[in-house]
Amino acid sequence: MTISRRGLFTGGAAAIGGAVAGGVAVAALSPDPTAPPIPSPATLVDYGQAIEPFYGNRQSGVETEAQAHGAFVAFTLLPGTDRGALARMMRLLSDDAARLTRGEAPLADTERELAVVPARLTVTFGFGPGLYQAAGLPSPVAPLPAFPQIDKLEERWSGGDLLIQICADDPITVAHAQRMLVKDSRPFATVRWVQRGFRRSAGMEPARQTQRNLLGQLDGTANPASGTPSFGTAVWRADHSTQLVVRRIRAELESWDLLGRTDKENAVGRTLGTGAPLTGVNELDEPDFTKLDATGFPVMPDFSHVTRARQTDDRLKIVRRPYNYDDAPAADGTADCGLVFASYQSDIVRQFIPIQQRLAEKDLLNEWITPIGSAVFEIPPGAPEGGWVGQQVLV
Amino acid sequence: MGWTSRMGAGMALALALGGLAACAEDSTAASTPTPSATSTAAPATAGLTVKDPWIKAADTGMTAAFGTLVNGGTTDVTIVSAAASVSPMMELHETTMVNGAMQMQPKQGGFTIPAGGEHVLEPGGDHIMMMGLTTPVKAGDEITVTLTLGDGTTVPFTAVGKPYTGAQESYAPGAHGSAMPEMTGMPSAGAHS
Repeated sequence: MTISRRGLFTGGAAAIGGAVAGGVAVAALSPDPTAPPIPSPATLVDYGQAIEPFYGNRQSGVETEAQAHGAFVAFTLLPGTDRGALARMMRLLSDDAARLTRGEAPLADTERELAVVPARLTVTFGFGPGLYQAAGLPSPVAPLPAFPQIDKLEERWSGGDLLIQICADDPITVAHAQRMLVKDSRPFATVRWVQRGFRRSAGMEPARQTQRNLLGQLDGTANPASGTPSFGTAVWRADHSTQLVVRRIRAELESWDLLGRTDKENAVGRTLGTGAPLTGVNELDEPDFTKLDATGFPVMPDFSHVTRARQTDDRLKIVRRPYNYDDAPAADGTADCGLVFASYQSDIVRQFIPIQQRLAEKDLLNEWITPIGSAVFEIPPGAPEGGWVGQQVLV
Repeated sequence: MGWTSRMGAGMALALALGGLAACAEDSTAASTPTPSATSTAAPATAGLTVKDPWIKAADTGMTAAFGTLVNGGTTDVTIVSAAASVSPMMELHETTMVNGAMQMQPKQGGFTIPAGGEHVLEPGGDHIMMMGLTTPVKAGDEITVTLTLGDGTTVPFTAVGKPYTGAQESYAPGAHGSAMPEMTGMPSAGAHS
């Protein structure tokens, strides 16, 4: 395949930028004339003191604009943790979360000085099938069916009775919240797995910009935007609950590196530079699946990720809120990175599974991504002021 | 061991002083509702509230209650005793350095909170000692503790059980400051739930 002119241009710009010392000079060479000006210090946001609410009809951390750092902590309940114990656990953890998200130390915090930078901290609780079983209740969620064409699931990244999703724009805030919540979970549960990830830091890009994953792709373009009716239709049920799928998806960077730029763009159906569909110019342009190229083939290949995942009915869409992970490479340099893929939707069976099935059957991107972990959780409604998450379910 | 002998001395001292917390079978039930206080309630008549109260979760033996005593009134308030249904023997303790090790002992005269002032109860400092637990204080339990003031009025508040392993100097003042794990065993989700 040939290298596109766009690829040449982008590569050239990067080379020029790399040769110029100093961030301002590089920014001045930005190829994007629509980029906002660099804010002066007077307009900088105090990211550290920004607060997201904890109490409310819906849990935060779902429709909340994704923070820079995330930790997904899954637990296995201890045998003695029955419905009464679950209520005590959630009372404790909810109180911790409420205080931490306000930038206050929880009760009995031994490192209370670490609690003073909330940095938009959200703590979101998810209940797995095992939690409902422990409570003697029917579970609204079940593990995903197997996708043998693509799955290489590992036990160490899969399942979980309780999930705590901790997100903030500061990694120390996330670490302290995680430590506090893990300590208070100890009488009830053991840590099953922890998946930590990151996105661009706060202030690095305009808000609501689609995140870029470590394959270099803009990731999440088709997401219903927070605060829109479309988001509400896709995600929230009438009782303010929702459902979460967490998949650990390894990026096969070594084989991805073997592809030319055009092949990479065909696999996804979008350009790497702007994220525009191959039939469009801008990221948010609607793809035209009927458009043919000079040889009579669809410009949007029918094996492309976008073609396979496309969903226009809000009731069938999912909302992706993924975090990148990047662990230490092997001795030979083989990368260990990918996505902590978090998908929110009102109904996993109605929304997530059909999309995943279409992708498993035919999505060229499967060649370079491998699901290695999978877990499902009900996200119960939020806690009323002074209450606790799960009280509508467990009392 | 060190803890036991020191507690023995402390309890003896407390009893010699008139049994600060004796006969507290269930003072909670017997306490009068006024003036009342909880972690979130508005200042009571006497002006005393307890902010952010918690109890170190424990299945058996001894534990302690912590929080911030807030006197929103215009006169000083003295707390002379505390009671809760889960512990038949509770004492108001201070923690001091003795022979190079932190050691707790009954606070002579109780805790006095000046008008408009606060008095912090925390691990390693002043605290409300709870001995001979008759019921486990489990993580997340809500325990009613009733304070008795110098004028005889009582102030109940609700404290939550918290997993906590720190500040062992106040519970295990051994000769070399060594910890006493039997005192601070990990609370469990528990068969009592």
